[in-house]
Amino acid sequence: MSLLEKKVSELHDLLHKKEINVTDLVDASYDRISQVEGKVQAFLSLNEEQARRMAKELDDVLAGYPGERTLAGLPIALKDNISTKGLRTTSGSKILDNFNPIYDATVANRLYKAGAVTIGKLNMDEFAMGSSNENSGFHVTKNPWNTDYVPGGSSGGSAASVAASEVLFSLGSDTGGSIRQPAAYCGVVGLKPTYGLVSRFGLIAFASSLDQIGPITRTVEDNAYLLQAIAGHDPMDSTSANVDVPDYLSSLTGDIKGLRIAVPKEYLAEGVNPEVKEKVIEALKVLEAQGATWEEVSLPHSKYALATYYLLSSSEASANLSRFDGVRYGVRSDNAENLLELYKNSRSEGFGDEVKRRIMLGTFALSSGYYDAYYKKAQKVRTLIKNDFEQVFNDFDVIIGPTTPTTAFKIGEKTDDPLTMYANDILTIPVNLAGVPAISVPCGFSNGLPVGLQIIGKHFDERTIYRVASVYEQATEHHKAKPQL
Amino acid sequence: MSQISKDEVKHVANLARLSLSEEEVDMFTEQLDAIIGFAEQLNELDTENIEPTTHVLELKNVLRDDQARESVPREEALKNAPDERDGQFKVPKTF
Repeated sequence: MSLLEKKVSELHDLLHKKEINVTDLVDASYDRISQVEGKVQAFLSLNEEQARRMAKELDDVLAGYPGERTLAGLPIALKDNISTKGLRTTSGSKILDNFNPIYDATVANRLYKAGAVTIGKLNMDEFAMGSSNENSGFHVTKNPWNTDYVPGGSSGGSAASVAASEVLFSLGSDTGGSIRQPAAYCGVVGLKPTYGLVSRFGLIAFASSLDQIGPITRTVEDNAYLLQAIAGHDPMDSTSANVDVPDYLSSLTGDIKGLRIAVPKEYLAEGVNPEVKEKVIEALKVLEAQGATWEEVSLPHSKYALATYYLLSSSEASANLSRFDGVRYGVRSDNAENLLELYKNSRSEGFGDEVKRRIMLGTFALSSGYYDAYYKKAQKVRTLIKNDFEQVFNDFDVIIGPTTPTTAFKIGEKTDDPLTMYANDILTIPVNLAGVPAISVPCGFSNGLPVGLQIIGKHFDERTIYRVASVYEQATEHHKAKPQL
Repeated sequence: MSQISKDEVKHVANLARLSLSEEEVDMFTEQLDAIIGFAEQLNELDTENIEPTTHVLELKNVLRDDQARESVPREEALKNAPDERDGQFKVPKTF
């Protein structure tokens, strides 16, 4: 078994016993990348020189592993909307083709302090707008399980690189499903934490009231290790929550006796593929056998989530993306006689169609005469959607359903119609609107492609999510399957 | 009924500082029309007495003492500048 197919706890052990060193791990990562990256194309930039230097430093300096540095020597890669000082950060856009941040995002800094080694930066849909990686300004990442299929998005590179064992784990970001949907499509574990648990400082903003950074890993336990390293209040992000971060690893007790599961009927309704539905029911039976009970419930405003999300996220994006004007950073148009032309031409040449479409939608929804009818209306419906969740969580510990209505689709299959593409996120979007945490874990295969099980928890109750996910993982074998590349 | 006209698309593009070709205006008019039409379904809901949610967590102002401290050095701030002169960002004429 390759080193990068092992768990964090196993690698800690090997490092501690000095059977391997950090250089071995970093070598294993770049060796694997040189073998399979031609097929997967998960990366936008590699950090090889720095990573090898850091490995050597860790090997020279660290007397004992893992010590306080909980991720010491472990190879990680970051979605390319997470700023890394001196390391190219494009957010998947041509307009940032030449951008080298002058500071680290808080999560990048925390990973560095925990001793993790950054292997490179991962492909994504431009500015995280997309569900397939086909909106990347650079290239399309492939699904490691079948390279004719999309890896999902927008954190497609983050999920594919972990599924292909190019790195041990990665970070993605999730605004409407962008961690959970690609995790489901690629058969890995992806968590969107509670809004505010992880600092957004240094994350290139898409929709600020929805964006959240989170871990993508191969096991639930590894996910808990990674979340522990990045969670917690940050004075640099005024929306980061000032709450105590609990110990996540100790939540993996293996005991879910008496756990109350809610299964929304809207999440298993028409539009959800029958085989996906079957896998979710099978998973519920597994949890039942472990002592949990489940009941059907209703989240009655689910069908309004998609429209609400596109109005709110596009409105926020239209404001956030106004900073890309060709003046202070990024790519500037060569064809501009005056300042107004400079703005317009730099933006029009630098942004792709999906980004322009959402900026247009958001600008429209915020414009004079339409603000109340669209933006404010959507904010009110958001309240109703949030209330749906609060109601259910009065009586239940977790909500469970599929992560996505179908498995991964073929590259090129949905590029013509934006609305068809948007419908992919119908089961993940309500979670962002309510700000609650949710995980996707592998729960089987349909036609050779992975299916994801979504477990949704209460605000700041990642511990219960991990406990349930881990019991399910221990009782099944799905997480052990590996793609043939 | 169509939700958005070509002229409105051109107006919005100008507000968003985007220049669109005639083909792009046609494409976005059709696509935005479909998306906005889809969003009309929110009008099925009576939200008269519902408070809007701007943020899921209770936010309060974060204040600190007004103390002078170092900010980004000029050199660093200009590192990614497409064009600069005399330690400042340079742009073409403004009119």
